[in-house]
Amino acid sequence: MTRFFLPLAIFGIMVGFLAVGLTLNPREIPSPLVGKEAPAFSRQQLHEQDKVFARKDLAGQVWLLNFWASWCSGCKTEHPVLMELAKSGAVPIYGMDYKDQRDEALAWLNRWGNPYQIVGVDLEGRVGIDYGVYGVPETYVIDKQGVIRYKQIGPVTEEALAKTILPLVKELQAK
Amino acid sequence: MIWLALIALLLFAPSAWAGEARPLADDPAVEERLKHLAVELRCLVCQNQTLADSNAPLAEDLRREVREMIVKNMSDKEIIDFLVSRYGDFVLYRPPLKSTTTLLWVGPFVLLVGGGIALVVALKRRGKKVADAAITEEEHRRVEQLLSEGVKRS
Repeated sequence: MTRFFLPLAIFGIMVGFLAVGLTLNPREIPSPLVGKEAPAFSRQQLHEQDKVFARKDLAGQVWLLNFWASWCSGCKTEHPVLMELAKSGAVPIYGMDYKDQRDEALAWLNRWGNPYQIVGVDLEGRVGIDYGVYGVPETYVIDKQGVIRYKQIGPVTEEALAKTILPLVKELQAK
Repeated sequence: MIWLALIALLLFAPSAWAGEARPLADDPAVEERLKHLAVELRCLVCQNQTLADSNAPLAEDLRREVREMIVKNMSDKEIIDFLVSRYGDFVLYRPPLKSTTTLLWVGPFVLLVGGGIALVVALKRRGKKVADAAITEEEHRRVEQLLSEGVKRS
């Protein structure tokens, strides 16, 4: 009996492992920063260059930090979703222009619309490294105490917004 | 528009990088340590390349960060902690033994021991079968006869 059942059992276990493996996305690397304080930064603003965009200015509110760039195609994909979100006023979105050229970035926002309250400039990608960004777009949900609560890797989809981000934002705002 | 951006990238980006990296890259001791560290670190963009091999812009930036930390005389452990705190154990080619990585570390040995046990059991069973196959005197004589006939024929 074991002669037939043993290979079958081993095969079953292998199928189990492979099935789980297939549902995972190898490009999604869980961030160790979720649950930790959002790294401080202080960057020049994209629009008003004599002003600074700093993390500490946003204490006491729930906000989204969205890393984007005019050269990034995923950013174009998520852009309508961010515009809708900005219009709804559910949560303020702040942008970080990641390794981009200023005129290109401004032209991009002029053309497609600007969902951001403020956009900071991360020319050398150093803020990105502090936040563990490895491919734009990436979006962080940051709570009133300045703690990162969630990281969206890749474009913000309507589904991610409705199922994960907005419920989380509501919960954090109520606290 | 896209073409203009691409041309601009081609024209300006390499010169900007080279200009940035040169003063640090000139020190062979720093480069030696960078090389030593970078082969242990995984690039997050092209996931099966090391930080040393990858030409992805992020790898470029991370090499710059590591270089700067080396110049600041930080220890290997401090540099690796800097990267792990941002990108997680994923950046390490040799992840530490933790509850989440147990299967990764122990799995091969479990398979090896399991295979060993299966082999021993299978061999023992076969040994028993061979020993059990007793033959009678008559059969023994017949075998001898067949064998000697075989010898004569050849």
